[in-house]
Amino acid sequence: MTKLIVILLSAVFINNYVLSRFLGICPFLGVSKKLDSATGMSLAVIFVMLMATAVTYPIQKYLLDPNNLGYLQTIVFILVIAALVQLVEIVLKRYVPSLHKSLGVYLPLITTNCAVLGVTILNIDEGYTFVEAMVNSLGSGLGFFLAMVMFSGVRSTIEGSDVPKSFQGLPITLVAAAITSLSFLGFGGVIENLFA
Amino acid sequence: MTEILTAVIPVVIIGIICAAVLVIASKLMAVKEDERFPKIRECLPGANCGACGYAGCDGYAKALCESDSTPTNLCVPGADAVSKQLSEILGVEFEDVIEQVAVVHCAGDCNHTQDRVEYRGIESCAAAKLLYGGKGSCTYGCLGLGDCMNACPKNAIYIKDGIAHVNQRECIGCGICTKTCPNHLISLVADMEKVVVTCSNKDKGAVTRKVCSNGCIGCKKCERVCPSKAIKVVDNVAVIDYSKCPNCDDFGICAKNCTTGCIMISDLSGIHRFEKEV
Repeated sequence: MTKLIVILLSAVFINNYVLSRFLGICPFLGVSKKLDSATGMSLAVIFVMLMATAVTYPIQKYLLDPNNLGYLQTIVFILVIAALVQLVEIVLKRYVPSLHKSLGVYLPLITTNCAVLGVTILNIDEGYTFVEAMVNSLGSGLGFFLAMVMFSGVRSTIEGSDVPKSFQGLPITLVAAAITSLSFLGFGGVIENLFA
Repeated sequence: MTEILTAVIPVVIIGIICAAVLVIASKLMAVKEDERFPKIRECLPGANCGACGYAGCDGYAKALCESDSTPTNLCVPGADAVSKQLSEILGVEFEDVIEQVAVVHCAGDCNHTQDRVEYRGIESCAAAKLLYGGKGSCTYGCLGLGDCMNACPKNAIYIKDGIAHVNQRECIGCGICTKTCPNHLISLVADMEKVVVTCSNKDKGAVTRKVCSNGCIGCKKCERVCPSKAIKVVDNVAVIDYSKCPNCDDFGICAKNCTTGCIMISDLSGIHRFEKEV
């Protein structure tokens, strides 16, 4: 149990996918302008990360590993995740059209989101069991959510402030992203000592 | 050769399974879309102004698809041209659109009213309004900081002498400005009307008189002279009921008799009528 909590918390804070591992930067910069779209995107990412892990983990363990096909990992995972996201989109369009509309282009964007592919591959590399892998995906998703919500708050503050002309637009956004990622540095070493 | 096949075959099989699942899912969960919807959506102007009473152009197009009883003449910015296209697509009779234009019900410019204080805050009416109702001596009047001007999609509003004016030649009647004015001074009026009340001050006559020489003092003279009883003084300010105002024979009698000059004769023919005539 302690191990699961450590995995969860370290996925959220220490190894935060966006701010510590620099995965999934595209939606982090692209969709964080407004709080509601940032929340929608993050929820979709959490959902897709969990689904992707649930599907790719058995494929790796029962199909690729026994047949010595580990080198096909990347291409098979990409294939499966893309099909999965497409399926989710079809289901959402049919049953939750309002959510489908508000997610809009973000849902297909998740297909090529490196955070999703990253979490599935890292789950295998770390040698997690299935439960641990699912907890890690949940934590990574929550970490993504946290980063997105925090950064959308930072960006809305930037919007209201007087930014020097040469910094307006992307430069100030990148500077703000750097400072936000600095703030996560402080979590290093906290979790290990918490349960030591 | 076998090594290649052992790699290729699993990937192909996984691909085929994924494709099959997707095909089945898209067949099972296909969402029926009215083929008229994209056509209708295309002829709507796409300003998402909400003048039709639906949530944006998508909402109106959807309502038109779903129910035949939805009127085709609700799109004010699109005017007759859009109404015609819509009735063609839906196969219903063409209904004339009552074109509307925005009117600012305030004429308290810097020649007629004074500033109470010097305002140095954020350049926005909404912000100024929060601070003791704005800098002007009349708290009902135009704040003149141009929230409506910034909101107007057609740049039809300009600020002159401290109050907002609508250039009716450019106004499409979407009504976005009516929602942005913190004092609710702007309303939509059918563009064939000729008289407008340009005051919204609800204070008693003496108070109004003190703060603005153009303000309505609620003397009810217009009420008495109007042959069709279309003008009523409500809360110390004259209001014209346009359903009763026939642009009468004695045209403009209310404006001529107005003691302060807050009822004005004005040419409201907007862009749609203007285009028709030209």
